[in-house]
Amino acid sequence: MALVELKHLTKHFEVRPGLVDRTLRNKPSRYIKAVERLNIDVQENEILGIAGESGCGKSTTCMMIAGLLPPTSGEIRYRGQNLGTADAAALKMHRRNVQMIFQDPYESLNPRFRIADIVAEGPRALKLWPESEISERVIAMLAGVGLNPGKYAERFPHELSGGERQRVGIASAMVMEPEMIIADEPLSMLDVSIRAGILDLFRELQDQRGFSSVYVSHDLSILGNVADRLMIMYLGQAMEVGPVEQVIRSPQHPYTRALIGAVAIPDPRVKRPIPKISGDISRPIDPPPGCRFAPRCPYADDSCGHTFLELDTSDPGRHQAACHRLHVLPDEGL
Amino acid sequence: MSDTINIAEPVLEVKDLGVRYETSQGMVHAVSGVTFDVGKNEVFGIAGESGCGKSTLIRALLRLLPDNADSTADRMRYLGMDLFAMSDADFREKILWQEISLVPQSAMNSLNPVYRVGDQVIEAIRAHRSISKVEAAERVAELFDVVGLQSDLMQSFPHEFSGGMRQRAMIAMSLALDPGLIVMDEPTTGLDVLVQERILRRIREIRAEISSSIILITHDIAVIAELSDRIAIMYGGQFMEQASAIELFDNPSHPYTLGLKNAFPSIQNLGNELISIPGSPPTISGPISCCPFEPRCPFHIEQCAISLPQPLDCGNGHEVRCFRGDEAEQLRPLAADKNTWRSLN
Amino acid sequence: MSVSAMSRWLHSARLGVGEHYRIIQANTLSRIGFRVIVVFLLVSLFAPWIAPHEPWEMLYDSEGKLASLRPPSLEFPLGTTHLGYDLFSQLVLAARTTLVIGAVSGTISIVIGANIGLIAGYYGGKVDEILMRLTDILYGMPFLPFIIVLIALFGRKIEFVILAIVLIIWRTSARVIRAQTISIKQRQFIVAARARGASDLRIIYRHILPNVLPLLLLYAAFNIAWSIITEASASFLGFGDGETISWGGMLYELWLSGKTRVAWWWFAAPSVCIVLLVTSLVFVSRAYEEVANPRLRKR
Repeated sequence: MALVELKHLTKHFEVRPGLVDRTLRNKPSRYIKAVERLNIDVQENEILGIAGESGCGKSTTCMMIAGLLPPTSGEIRYRGQNLGTADAAALKMHRRNVQMIFQDPYESLNPRFRIADIVAEGPRALKLWPESEISERVIAMLAGVGLNPGKYAERFPHELSGGERQRVGIASAMVMEPEMIIADEPLSMLDVSIRAGILDLFRELQDQRGFSSVYVSHDLSILGNVADRLMIMYLGQAMEVGPVEQVIRSPQHPYTRALIGAVAIPDPRVKRPIPKISGDISRPIDPPPGCRFAPRCPYADDSCGHTFLELDTSDPGRHQAACHRLHVLPDEGL
Repeated sequence: MSDTINIAEPVLEVKDLGVRYETSQGMVHAVSGVTFDVGKNEVFGIAGESGCGKSTLIRALLRLLPDNADSTADRMRYLGMDLFAMSDADFREKILWQEISLVPQSAMNSLNPVYRVGDQVIEAIRAHRSISKVEAAERVAELFDVVGLQSDLMQSFPHEFSGGMRQRAMIAMSLALDPGLIVMDEPTTGLDVLVQERILRRIREIRAEISSSIILITHDIAVIAELSDRIAIMYGGQFMEQASAIELFDNPSHPYTLGLKNAFPSIQNLGNELISIPGSPPTISGPISCCPFEPRCPFHIEQCAISLPQPLDCGNGHEVRCFRGDEAEQLRPLAADKNTWRSLN
Repeated sequence: MSVSAMSRWLHSARLGVGEHYRIIQANTLSRIGFRVIVVFLLVSLFAPWIAPHEPWEMLYDSEGKLASLRPPSLEFPLGTTHLGYDLFSQLVLAARTTLVIGAVSGTISIVIGANIGLIAGYYGGKVDEILMRLTDILYGMPFLPFIIVLIALFGRKIEFVILAIVLIIWRTSARVIRAQTISIKQRQFIVAARARGASDLRIIYRHILPNVLPLLLLYAAFNIAWSIITEASASFLGFGDGETISWGGMLYELWLSGKTRVAWWWFAAPSVCIVLLVTSLVFVSRAYEEVANPRLRKR
């Protein structure tokens, strides 16, 4: 049984027209369909990477798995239990089991709290342990992320660098001993030379503690380095999923191929092929039914606009793409 | 992109540029000893992380420094004209935008939200050239075409543009007066992968059509690698290493460059272990008397903490600011080993 | 809440005396203002010992005549009223009334305003609408008729003066703090707090409030200043507390006597005090404004 199962997870945001439009002109609401019938299974001890461009719904998905945003429809099951029907105690447990690491190290720490208080906040809010034990754990955790407690515990966030702050963020998530960590682009706002250190820390902690993770990023190079499985999202739909090496080396879906082909390579000699997709990403407001990539896809046919393949992610070793035109694509490239 | 750029007649010559800020905490030397030339039709890339001084460098080139800044240079010449000797008025009228233009960082937020995009570019042109509105509009339509925007988009407002489109509009604006030199500050940061790819490709295509040189500043090593002819690595306000792009990637010689190479993931080499550089970029205060990278350098020797290394010529147009610059061959395999960097902690 | 939790809150609110002292000392005007306020505080504290006479004690001069409308002299440092009352004693005792009413009204109004602002801003939706409509209703409520009705119904007592002032003054701080709460609520460290399991109340009082505090203190000072002026206005119009003397009340008696154009000393003393105190409070609050809005600070 998977640790976390998302079934047909959907999130629509209503955009209501102004008062005049609504009452006098009877304009209907429009909907931002941020996430559409998403299925994700995350196994124990697995790092699932989710990649996609802006508007693909990856952050919204993160918030829903963490229980910070209620889904419009669909189920989130944790160890088999449906969160939608869970009672208060179960939800509190869920809070502890699923923790989040945030993107912006400059905004995700309360500027008025000392570092020790930031890390202790989770255990205190959930009343996990008595205060004396919390203090001990906080000190141990700070050391565990490479921050000398004697030096850092009493400081304020503005005295720390970006990399140090991100370590504090990781510590405040880990101190609660969660089973799953949702990482929402934790490296994108850090300097290049610092990123590898934080990534190392993440991997080290994962080795030691064996948690699962949903790691969201727009940077395929990093995902290639850290994830076990990779899922590609576009405008709220899952386009492809599979073991990370397979998805990156032999992408199947036209969107994935374009994406991977477009990633800049830090080598001046390499010349990349020109991707064949046109247009810009549209916003997921009132999107057409069917596959949302179809309008830009060079291989789309009529049925692409009506039907969409839902991926089954229960088998971690399986590589699938949500496309029924794969037979038309060339073996490689676009 | 070629290995042989004609630097005999450089478009921009900068020698020993330094910028200091006077702050309540003392004198901050944001830039010191920067020397480089940009040839005709060349893309000169400056790679550096936050705090390395690249924003200050740009502002110094464009005379956009705030009041509490003081810049000095042995030489700063554009097409032979001494930029330092020029008055503010002359610079603004003759150089800024006409000869040297800027695509600013987060260009997406540089457009005035209440005016149509086309009108903004038209106004920018007419502020410097006395041509009619109709002529200016024609020029803008041309420019939009060059950057790949449909001309009817001139009537749109900035909020109707996506991030990538706004970026292209800013590039169009920077090309408007046929400048000899365009400075692009983080042109693709914050943009999605596919959009970034399109903009990079566009910039490459534009190079064939126009004769402007480009100074490209970014922290993204991959972007620099794709576009630049020559590259400088900036750290602590100084250029640590300078070489042609291919030479730099084949034979990186400065420990910081070696560290950056390790830290940067590539989608082509998934299995590569990423090695980070311990510590964090410095905040520069006080005059630089020793190597700014020394605290984080696994190869430092006593001299590094005492005096400042001068650029060492490695041949082939390749310069390194390091006392051990000539030992690069031996240091490279050591730098590729994780334990070399770990030992610093 | 346990002692350690309280001390942690104080830490994050950074309500240490040292911090406040630093803020006030940073600015010349607020330094001066602070000293003036301290002087007034001391005067009002020791008023009964400083004032040589009772406020409504008819005084006679050495010749046995009623010391009516005497200009300032050695015997009567600020002169006397037409009924022979010593203005200096009145002023000093009135200082106490004014400060007490000002401080109490100001504090109560900021406590009410802050809580309403925090709760409306954080919860949004129906709660916000109800609370803001309430605030709007009170915005529409004119002060003077309101206090007239209250006093007419319940008499000229100090409690009703305070009540009337509080009910009018809390509205601005509520709006402002609500606005700042809304903006802080969106910030990522609040989302992080929710992710860590903090309840709504915990987020409001432990996470948001310390960040709103500079603005809150700014408005606390403003509220006290407004309360003082409001009380002076009400008293001047005859709607102040009947039993105790206040600066506004002194001006009221002056006006009633019809001697406004004659006795400049009677007019000057309380007016100068009101202006001085309120201005000092404003200067001090400006110092907090620089903390609340860092962009105002000098480089």
